[in-house]
Amino acid sequence: MNQETLMKIENINLSRGGVTVLDIPELHVQRGRILALIGPNGAGKSTLLFMLAGLLKPEQGKIYFHGMPIESRAHLIQLRRNVSVVFQEPLLLNGNVFENVALGLKFRKINKAEIKDRVQNALAYFGISHLEKRSVRALSGGEAKRVSLARAFAIKPQIIMLDEAFNSLDPPLRETIIDDLKNTLNETKITAVLALHDREETLRLAQDVSVMNSGKIVQSGTTAQIFNQPDSEFVASFVGTETILEGTVRNCTAGNMIVDVNGREIEAIGDCSIGQKVFCCLRPENITISSKAQEKISARNVLEAKVSKIIRQGFFNKLILDCGFPLIAYITITSCEDLGITHGSIVHASFKATSVHVINREK
Amino acid sequence: MELIVQGIIKAFELIISFDPEVLGITWLSLKISGTATLISLFIGVSIGTAVALNNFFGKRFVISLINTGMGLPPVVVGLFVTIFIWRNGPFGFLEILYTPIAIIIAQAIIATPIVMGISLASIQNLSPNLRLQILSLGANRLQMVWVLIKEARLPLLAAVMAGFGGVISEVGASIMVGGNIKGYSRVLTTATVMETGKGNFDIAIALGIILLLLSFIINYLLTQIQQRQHPR
Repeated sequence: MNQETLMKIENINLSRGGVTVLDIPELHVQRGRILALIGPNGAGKSTLLFMLAGLLKPEQGKIYFHGMPIESRAHLIQLRRNVSVVFQEPLLLNGNVFENVALGLKFRKINKAEIKDRVQNALAYFGISHLEKRSVRALSGGEAKRVSLARAFAIKPQIIMLDEAFNSLDPPLRETIIDDLKNTLNETKITAVLALHDREETLRLAQDVSVMNSGKIVQSGTTAQIFNQPDSEFVASFVGTETILEGTVRNCTAGNMIVDVNGREIEAIGDCSIGQKVFCCLRPENITISSKAQEKISARNVLEAKVSKIIRQGFFNKLILDCGFPLIAYITITSCEDLGITHGSIVHASFKATSVHVINREK
Repeated sequence: MELIVQGIIKAFELIISFDPEVLGITWLSLKISGTATLISLFIGVSIGTAVALNNFFGKRFVISLINTGMGLPPVVVGLFVTIFIWRNGPFGFLEILYTPIAIIIAQAIIATPIVMGISLASIQNLSPNLRLQILSLGANRLQMVWVLIKEARLPLLAAVMAGFGGVISEVGASIMVGGNIKGYSRVLTTATVMETGKGNFDIAIALGIILLLLSFIINYLLTQIQQRQHPR
């Protein structure tokens, strides 16, 4: 992939009251990609986001935008004009929806006809064209969130930053707003940096992930890398122990879908369009290991696998299997002995189509 | 008792018949206090906003000073304004003692800290992230401040009315620097003091009723504003 660094930070340091809140030697934001900053509360995600947006000055270190260091006030304004931030709260101003979405454009002294055009465009992206004339006082929580997203996109920023933007929303509403955001990002190709703390949101939205803890970035990589190869206890416990497989939907009929993962087929349930890129999530306790393939079994997925690693974890063993892709399974120590599983054994791993959790990714 | 009843009846007669003297005094009061409030609006809102939005050493001390100023005793203001514009005072050459301009100056000094204190609080009350949000939408500093002031316009309106309410009912400074000159610098409060002294209770009550009415209108509007809900 042709990657171009849009933003870079170097040796950033910030402390408050003698406590280091940010300490980041290096971070790159690639053009056209969606980067998620994940980590527990207080990890410094929002602080880092505000710093990238030019709203907060680092005590030490440099921020580069298009390879140019941000040094003067003029640079800072320049950076702010190209970045748009969506906060946790919608932060709408008194007035109607149109006035709110037009605000950033008015600051830029854009002519009226173009403002009207761009506002209507932004409203359409988030499915709220019908709210144009409505007072912000009469909006529901979800509508207000959509307005704040439309306002951020209306200025056509080079980078959009979202600070835990979905926190205050109910699950079904959150789903539809995330879908709209995903589609908008796909269509506009705008680079995005998202502060998130939900793993499923991260899987659905992000292409790159940086995991943060107490002001530091502990691991950076592509989403699949972070979820499958956490390089520390902390990252592992934060992203969970599931196997996350990248795949493409091959076929889908009557709620049964076939997902192609590295040339192997996985059956799952759900409704999806063919060609959709997905993540298949498998919990290690849902994998059954047998020495031979069973003749008749209800599990729709039976894969031949080679045991590449056995790790003892208290009362059970963690098996890392190679079946064309890595797969993690938990089995008891007794089962392991009964089946005579050792390093390099060839076994069959089976799991039900219903235990595959499918998450849609960007197209 | 009869005195009061007769006084009230006479007072209503004066009001309903649009007595030129009562009307003249009322109009002058509104002009003087209105101008003073307008001046305090510009000074109070701009300084109040500047203090609210900037962090500097001694900010809390400055805020305490402003809050103290909200309760400035009018007679003290009257005293100092008199000293300053006294014939031999530093601004004596202006020859404005015992003129409506002197009353406007004194009332503006009384109203400014009130407007300043309330606007400071109302700007500080806005969500701190709102400033960042406005900046991130590409606003320059001036645009940001303007949007914030517009956003706080209801509490700011309350500030203006509180300032106006403070000065229209004030008597000490007006009598000291204005001199209560008939048809020139005689306002509702100073006239009430004088008529009461002379025993003309009917006129005094009429003036009192007008003052109460103005006071009621201001407070009614103020309550209306304060009871409105904040947007999300």
